[in-house]
Amino acid sequence: MKKIAILGAMTAAGLSAGVASAATLDDVKARGKLNCGVTTGLVGFAAPNANGEWEGFDVGVCRAVAAAVLGDPAAVEFVPTTGKTRFTALASGEIDLLARNTTWTFSRDVDLGFEFVGINYYDGQGFMVPKALGVSSAKELDGATICIQTGTTTELNLADYFRKNNISYEPVPIETNAEAQPLYLEGACDVYTTDASGLAATRAAFENPGDHVVLPEIISKEPLGPLVRHGDNQWGDIARWTLNALIAAEELGVTSANVQELAASAGENPEINRLLGTEGTLGAMLGLEADWAVKAIAAGGNYGELFEKNIGENTPIGLARGLNAQWTEGGLLYSPPFR
Amino acid sequence: MSDTHAHSVAFVRETMLPQQPPPVTEAGVVKWMRENLFKGWFNTLLTVVSLYFIFKIVTGAYPWFANGIWNTSSLAECRDMLDGMTGACFSVLTERWNQLLFGFTYPRDAYWRPTLAFVLLIVAIAPVLYPKAPRNLLYFTAVYPFLAYWLIWGGTLLIPLMVLVGLVAGYFAFKQFERQSFAMGMIAGLVSAVVVIWAGSIVPASMPNVMAIEAVQSRDIGGFMLNMILGTVCVSLSLPLGIMLALGRQSSMPIIKWICIIFIEFIRGVPLITLLFVANVVLAYFFPPGSNIDLVLRVIIMITMFSSAYIAEVIRGGLAALPRGQYEAANSLGLDYAQSMRLIILPQALKISIPGIVNVAVGLFKDTTLVSVISMFDLVGMIRGPILASTEWNGVYWELWGFAVFVFFIVCFSISKYSQWLERQLATDHR
Amino acid sequence: MSTISDPPSGSFQLSMLINDTRYRSYTFQFIALILLIMAFAYLGYNLLANLQAAGLNISYKFLGEPAGYDINQTLVDYTSQSTHWRAAVVGVLNTLLVAFLGCLMATVIGVFVGVLRLSDNWLVRQIMSIYVEIFRNVPVLIWILIIMAIFIAVLPQPRDFRGEDAAASMVFGAFAFTGRGFYSPAPVFGPGSSVVVAVFLASIAGIFAFRRYAKKALYDRGQLIPTLWPSLAIFFVPSILVFFVMGRPITLDYPSLQGFNFQGGIFMRNSLIALWFALSIYTAAFIAENVRAGILAVSKGQTEAAASLGLRPGRIMNLVVLPQALRVIIPPLISQYLNLTKNSSLAIAVGYMDLTGTLGGITLNQTGRAIEAIFLLMLFYLAISLAISAIMNVYNNSVKLKER
Repeated sequence: MKKIAILGAMTAAGLSAGVASAATLDDVKARGKLNCGVTTGLVGFAAPNANGEWEGFDVGVCRAVAAAVLGDPAAVEFVPTTGKTRFTALASGEIDLLARNTTWTFSRDVDLGFEFVGINYYDGQGFMVPKALGVSSAKELDGATICIQTGTTTELNLADYFRKNNISYEPVPIETNAEAQPLYLEGACDVYTTDASGLAATRAAFENPGDHVVLPEIISKEPLGPLVRHGDNQWGDIARWTLNALIAAEELGVTSANVQELAASAGENPEINRLLGTEGTLGAMLGLEADWAVKAIAAGGNYGELFEKNIGENTPIGLARGLNAQWTEGGLLYSPPFR
Repeated sequence: MSDTHAHSVAFVRETMLPQQPPPVTEAGVVKWMRENLFKGWFNTLLTVVSLYFIFKIVTGAYPWFANGIWNTSSLAECRDMLDGMTGACFSVLTERWNQLLFGFTYPRDAYWRPTLAFVLLIVAIAPVLYPKAPRNLLYFTAVYPFLAYWLIWGGTLLIPLMVLVGLVAGYFAFKQFERQSFAMGMIAGLVSAVVVIWAGSIVPASMPNVMAIEAVQSRDIGGFMLNMILGTVCVSLSLPLGIMLALGRQSSMPIIKWICIIFIEFIRGVPLITLLFVANVVLAYFFPPGSNIDLVLRVIIMITMFSSAYIAEVIRGGLAALPRGQYEAANSLGLDYAQSMRLIILPQALKISIPGIVNVAVGLFKDTTLVSVISMFDLVGMIRGPILASTEWNGVYWELWGFAVFVFFIVCFSISKYSQWLERQLATDHR
Repeated sequence: MSTISDPPSGSFQLSMLINDTRYRSYTFQFIALILLIMAFAYLGYNLLANLQAAGLNISYKFLGEPAGYDINQTLVDYTSQSTHWRAAVVGVLNTLLVAFLGCLMATVIGVFVGVLRLSDNWLVRQIMSIYVEIFRNVPVLIWILIIMAIFIAVLPQPRDFRGEDAAASMVFGAFAFTGRGFYSPAPVFGPGSSVVVAVFLASIAGIFAFRRYAKKALYDRGQLIPTLWPSLAIFFVPSILVFFVMGRPITLDYPSLQGFNFQGGIFMRNSLIALWFALSIYTAAFIAENVRAGILAVSKGQTEAAASLGLRPGRIMNLVVLPQALRVIIPPLISQYLNLTKNSSLAIAVGYMDLTGTLGGITLNQTGRAIEAIFLLMLFYLAISLAISAIMNVYNNSVKLKER
């Protein structure tokens, strides 16, 4: 049965092999679903809830893009990826967009042939230790056993940091966050290191989060952002400007609550009008409908709403906005103008 | 003679003595124990050590089982109920039962479908495994893969139906041309099957809602169900492939022979995990751009290749064990290659290879757990990932791993017992 | 009476390619070759098209670049500044280490269990067959994870050794069994220790020489020289004498709790032990079955003949049964060794840095060079497998029944 399916697929695929694969937008529209790569499970960023529905900050980006392109935030197929599979999945076309707290680095952008469409979370690598150890600084970690998630920039940063400070450590490589958790909790490693946001998310899932502290040192810059394949600029633009639309919406005060009202007719603020498609033809330039941004914002709210709902201070994860505040409030979020 | 005897001897017994029971130490339980447990000081020592070992295990494990708690919703709650006593928190099994069996994203209201497919699997497999089962069931066996596909993956019934129609068309074309030659028949069969499936694919595409049940994505399949699917699909696919490879390796045609040898030796030389990595991160590059072959299918392809190489070696052993005379007899009857293989050689060679094939099948079934390494959520993947990492069940190792051991042991042990039974059934010669 | 006449030697017709058995095989091979080339061309074309679309290329330059990550167990010098190639070599050595240790232990356990399965003692027989059935019928991955779970959940962590009334303490003050692995004292070789080591090696050579002499004496003159006690004497006495004469140059470095971990001594990491033990007990179950089958394959008459010559049971086993059983046991044993080596790639499940962990794991993840890394990974394993089977086949040939 399966063999026949393969044969059938091969023949069908062979017939269509001549078709150019560059137009991701057309593929997505034809499929009616956006294939979005996420983590295998990191509460707050992307994890299935009790009903098997994906939820989280990265998931929100996927849903916004799906809403902008297909008009339906539910038209997303979430593909869980690990550190190992994420880039292949994107390069081979298995997914259209990778939103998996991936650090924007030079070699990933240039050598691996991907295009980061922006930054949705400014992060840095930190350390978590049990309070009982009485450690207050990463410099005191000489000789400690450290759990690291492999396949991330964290293990390179870690090696650099410890070499620079001339202290030794024992690396314990772990494939996924889920596997690291019991090792850390049972004391098989003294320290768990990953992005500070990931540490907060992991700690939130512990039975007694209060027993663990995140050390003050942030040893690296980890700009996390969604990425697409190199070479399909239209698709890259769509992803980039959907993210920008979410950020700009917060700056302009457009929320999921008032977006429909504001989009009903052209208002006084021309930037809002252009963003929501009541003025100008920004949507058509992207190859989308005029109200693409309305749908994207309505899907899960603007950047600030997504943040508060998934990882903000009122959630168990409890992250402060910090660097991820709008530039007007001392943060780094700065959307280029919509015009 | 007897008279003189009677006078010279004081007493002669004229009847046999009734049979005496053997001495206590030479009969029944005592004898058995003397021979099997306490023969010599060393043997006695061994027995005592073993008894102590068993005693320790039983006293250690019994309270753990007996105090087991089956109905709490988190580890903390369970520890509270145990109140410091030794006891197992089996409630993780009851609470996560569906996740362990079906994975965590399979639609809840569709659990009956894989369950039904599993029950039907037993019915479909019966005529293959038990020669005494009614032969008519074989028709059901032929239809079963399509039915199971429909039940597990959902969607419209027309897709598997079309493929089935295509295969039936192929079969009739094969029958039609088989008289000319086997190869012609195969080609005609393949061509007509592909043509019918290709032409017929319009039908389900145009009517996607006929007899449709909720479609399920492959990546939503998980838990022990995934192990079962991978195991059965890959074993049944690799059997014909393995036969072809084995015949190819025995072939007198050097090119075909070398292709088969290189394939088999390459596959047998690398660990399955590297092949799964290929399925996971490399294989997608070898498919046409834009085609989306999902991960489960890619894994099935690689595991099938893996097990077919091993099955090929087992069958090659069977072919080699067959007396030369069988080949010569087939030739002297004027049978061509396909006929002699189909009618004379393979039935005997396969019979010899059955134990080996079953061993490969058991090994393969165990190896399906490796997919957890490439982040698929089979039984082991579910335990390692979502369950052990969840806030409620952080740290429940023994109940979960014990369950996994139990499940795999039951399945694999019964398969190997079946194989031994079948071997005895088939042993019609040299008694 | 030869009636085979040459087939009609008429001119070659196209239909003969199919109908004439002389040419048919060429047709089939030609078709197979064409199909193979077409399949490869198709796959290659797809690969190129996909790579081009993704803007990638195939290049092995990454092997010469600094790896940038640390490895916790290295048998050769390695720092995070070493190249990816070096990391792969570290991985190969770690693979070979665990495979070697695993084969050794699996053989010991396997032979032990296999012999006990044929014991006179009913209870022992039953226990051993339960062992074999349970371990054979459950995936090795589960055993690896279970042993790792013992480390994580049952054994005390280094922090439990701390403080006045610590929850755990070291065994004899020298061995520490912690959840991170086992610590044992390590020998420290001071000046003059080379003499002790040399004497020790020489006495091992001496044992072999003595055993050879004893065997020769037995075969040539029928003189039975006891070997056990003299061997033990040769093993211990000279080395110990020299050790004290040289003023005890070899001292022990005891592990002690400093900071986060034990420092000093020999450290066997939990991942290595979990992998090693799990592979050993799993493979041992298969080896036990091979050993049992091998012993059963030696006909009963051999045992009885040996017994009637007056040999004691132990000697019957050693001199008559085992040498013959070995010929049956070795070929399946080779394939078990190969399986164990290949199964060692499951190291990745417990974070042991073998070849799959370095080249197929971190290097692949860091460089994103999936195709290159996995291709190399497969080549390495293929080479290791071929090497093991070559070595074992040489050994097999040397013990094979020499037919004269």
